[in-house]
Amino acid sequence: MPELNGTGRTVTVRVNGEPVTMPRGSMLVAALLNAGVECRVSVSGEPRTALCGMGICFECRANVDGVPQQRTCQIVCKDGMTVETQR
Amino acid sequence: MSHEFDIVVVGAGPAGLAAATAAAGMGRKVAVLDDNPHVGGQIWRAGAGKSAADRAREQAVAGLESSSAELFAGRQVVDASPGSLQAWVGAEQRLESFQFESLILATGARERFLPFPGWTLPGVFGAGGLQALVRGGYDVRGKRVVVSGTGPLLLAVAAHLKQDGAEIVAIAEQAPVSQLAGFGVTLLSRPGKILQGIRLRAELSGVPYRTGCWVVAAEGSGAVTGVRLTDGTQTWAERCDLLACGFHLVPNTELASLLGCRITETGVEVNAEQRTSVAGVYCAGEPTGVAGVDAATVQGRIAGLAAAGQSAAAASLYGKRDAEVKFGRAMSRAFALRAEVLKLAEPDTIVCRCEDVRFGDLEGNCVPRTGWTDAKLQTRCGMGPCQGRICGPALDALFGWRNASVRPPVFPIPIAALCSAPLYDSEVSIHEPQEISQ
Amino acid sequence: MEMFDAVILGAGIVGAACAYECAASGLRVAVVEPGVPAGGASAAGMGHLVVMDDSPAQLALTHYSRDRWRELQDSLPAAVEFEECGTLWVAADDEEMQEVFAKRKTYGQRGIETEVLDERGLREAEPYLREGLAGALRVPNDAVIYPPAAAGHFLASAQRMGAKLLYGKRAVSAGKGKVVLEDSTRLGARHIVIATGTDVSLCPWVTVNRRKGHLAITDRYPGVLRHQLVELGYLKSAHSLTEDSVAFNVQPRKTGQLLIGSSRQYGDLSAQAEPHMLRRMLDRAVEYMPALSHLSVIRVWTGFRAATPDKLPLIGPTADSSVLLAMGFEGLGITQAPGVARLVLHHITKAEIALDPQPFLPSRVGAPEAMYA
Repeated sequence: MPELNGTGRTVTVRVNGEPVTMPRGSMLVAALLNAGVECRVSVSGEPRTALCGMGICFECRANVDGVPQQRTCQIVCKDGMTVETQR
Repeated sequence: MSHEFDIVVVGAGPAGLAAATAAAGMGRKVAVLDDNPHVGGQIWRAGAGKSAADRAREQAVAGLESSSAELFAGRQVVDASPGSLQAWVGAEQRLESFQFESLILATGARERFLPFPGWTLPGVFGAGGLQALVRGGYDVRGKRVVVSGTGPLLLAVAAHLKQDGAEIVAIAEQAPVSQLAGFGVTLLSRPGKILQGIRLRAELSGVPYRTGCWVVAAEGSGAVTGVRLTDGTQTWAERCDLLACGFHLVPNTELASLLGCRITETGVEVNAEQRTSVAGVYCAGEPTGVAGVDAATVQGRIAGLAAAGQSAAAASLYGKRDAEVKFGRAMSRAFALRAEVLKLAEPDTIVCRCEDVRFGDLEGNCVPRTGWTDAKLQTRCGMGPCQGRICGPALDALFGWRNASVRPPVFPIPIAALCSAPLYDSEVSIHEPQEISQ
Repeated sequence: MEMFDAVILGAGIVGAACAYECAASGLRVAVVEPGVPAGGASAAGMGHLVVMDDSPAQLALTHYSRDRWRELQDSLPAAVEFEECGTLWVAADDEEMQEVFAKRKTYGQRGIETEVLDERGLREAEPYLREGLAGALRVPNDAVIYPPAAAGHFLASAQRMGAKLLYGKRAVSAGKGKVVLEDSTRLGARHIVIATGTDVSLCPWVTVNRRKGHLAITDRYPGVLRHQLVELGYLKSAHSLTEDSVAFNVQPRKTGQLLIGSSRQYGDLSAQAEPHMLRRMLDRAVEYMPALSHLSVIRVWTGFRAATPDKLPLIGPTADSSVLLAMGFEGLGITQAPGVARLVLHHITKAEIALDPQPFLPSRVGAPEAMYA
């Protein structure tokens, strides 16, 4: 587990309505992974989640704060942020 | 919004940081752009907390911060020509343009993925990919992980994951020990790297590291529950929660292509001063040919000095650069792909993950495909949002097809960025429906 | 020298459809294509199967062809993505609403099903369109396809029926029953069908103007768009022979992606996308559908339509008794391909066809090469 930084702060985001608490500075995709929630459904109906971890595979897309198709691996968790995944 | 600089550096990884610091140190007005919110590129990825101290990274970042170079994080370059580029600022939903005299491309490399049955299952990640996700806060404590594929990255990834609390079940390196032995000899000439290797091995004591061994399939329904491994003779199963699988790196040459730079089998063609075939455009680090962090750093420094007009200072680094690049190339040869890992895909194995194009579709039925363009047109392979970044290197490895043309936008961009109209406010935004009707 | 009943020059959607029809009726067919099959305008366009009434002849050909596509739909592989989503011809104001009624009447005379939507009906049909649009004409049997896969299917089917596909080969001359390729191969042909799109090198007496178009495709947003939406001003845009223009034209894809067009430009332009045209086109689209501005564009590209001076294609025999043309389809090549193929077959075998070939005959051009006995 990555060390929490000096202040030990956490943030809480909502993944499909459920609260998930993460160390401050975490990426949103990690909240999805920790919650065991897949990010999206592929064109032929397969469940998919992050692959590349660096913003190029587009598998980690989800609806963030009402905006669809956001790459969650590029978004830093903020208190109150909401993520809805394609199911 | 428009900015003017003497030099713009694209990419804030080792090469980009070195280039920007060097150029700024010579009094030039320098900007560094990066897609990520944090600097460091991929190999020095920052995250929820610091991983084990990396002196080189800290030095590089400190160097940039104490220089006059301006950092623009969260900028995705979508279009470029000599003299100007357009970047999308995601967090602020707007387009930004940069004008410059010289451009230094330090766009790094990305993992190469090869398709095999089950590779699209949740729980299968890239090797560097899983490490990046863990640094970003993914909790892998107690998880059984198989690390496979090829490249020096595998050992580093396994060591870090172990430190992060994962149970490394096995490390499967597809290169045969004989191929790696050559690399071992090269290593002997670089004690610093041996020390790094020894440290990694120590951390991984007790973890089976098998060469000449590769994953043939990931298994599970809905998520990975195990893998099947082979050494070419025997095949066996291993239970696991996660599979970290990557096949070394391929250079990110899209921007260079867009600018019209000449690109060879290895990467972007550069001369001794790291100049590309296009006037005013330099390239440093992995895009010129995957050779590792030390090669990238010195190449970046040379590019920064050369762009700042300091030819003599740049030339004094040629020797070190050439040695590092030579080492790096030897490393790539050591981890060359064996034929078997190019034949893992079955007809229903997905190759293009964006469009769910399967291996059987790509082979064509009675009419064989004539090349990348034909395959792409007939199957829509490579037409998704990743723009062929994931499937492209696989198609190159499997079929010898190379995608030559790159068009803007080189990265997906909101329509608003291409319009005159200002972005409308949230009352007319799209709400993704919960169910997909029809 | 190998002998064929029909040598088709060009493996775009039209050449492919011709190959299919000819092979299906028992003719010995060869297809010659220098580049990638369906790699020209067939790859660049929208794949909208639409009945269009710019002229009675165009209405007849598009109607006939669209219905032929509908007949074929069950035999088309999934990759063709045939979807009968229908078209909405959108009227911005009362003046355009008059055009809706006129169009309904014209279509009705040919038995083409339509429905008039008022302002409220339009909002219900397409909630993401802006408020204040007067209404629309809904044409429920219009459809969309993915053209390269359709061309690929026609070509593969033709091959299964004995056709010979010669890819990567360029014809350097075609006439008097003979086609000569760049590598000096000669093919004997009772009939030669020239279906080479904007390339008139084999029939230089034909006037075809390139009309550049831009397109963009978005990421997946299921549920945003149900029909292909076209503004009534599209007809003015397509009609104009001289001005650069844009028109609102968006298409839903099964994946939920939106295909956005359309633009038309004249002159000898490069294939590069032009930011100012793209901006005009997207501005127009956002004007009709404000929510579009938030959507992510993943690719932008251009293509060249082949336009004739009188806006009708050239389909039929020429002064050379072995040469037939199938050229000049502007933005309707995909729609019209099956109808064109039937016309070509009619000219070759005198097979009956429920479509008047007269308006499309090359002889109307007046050039001596066009006049057939």
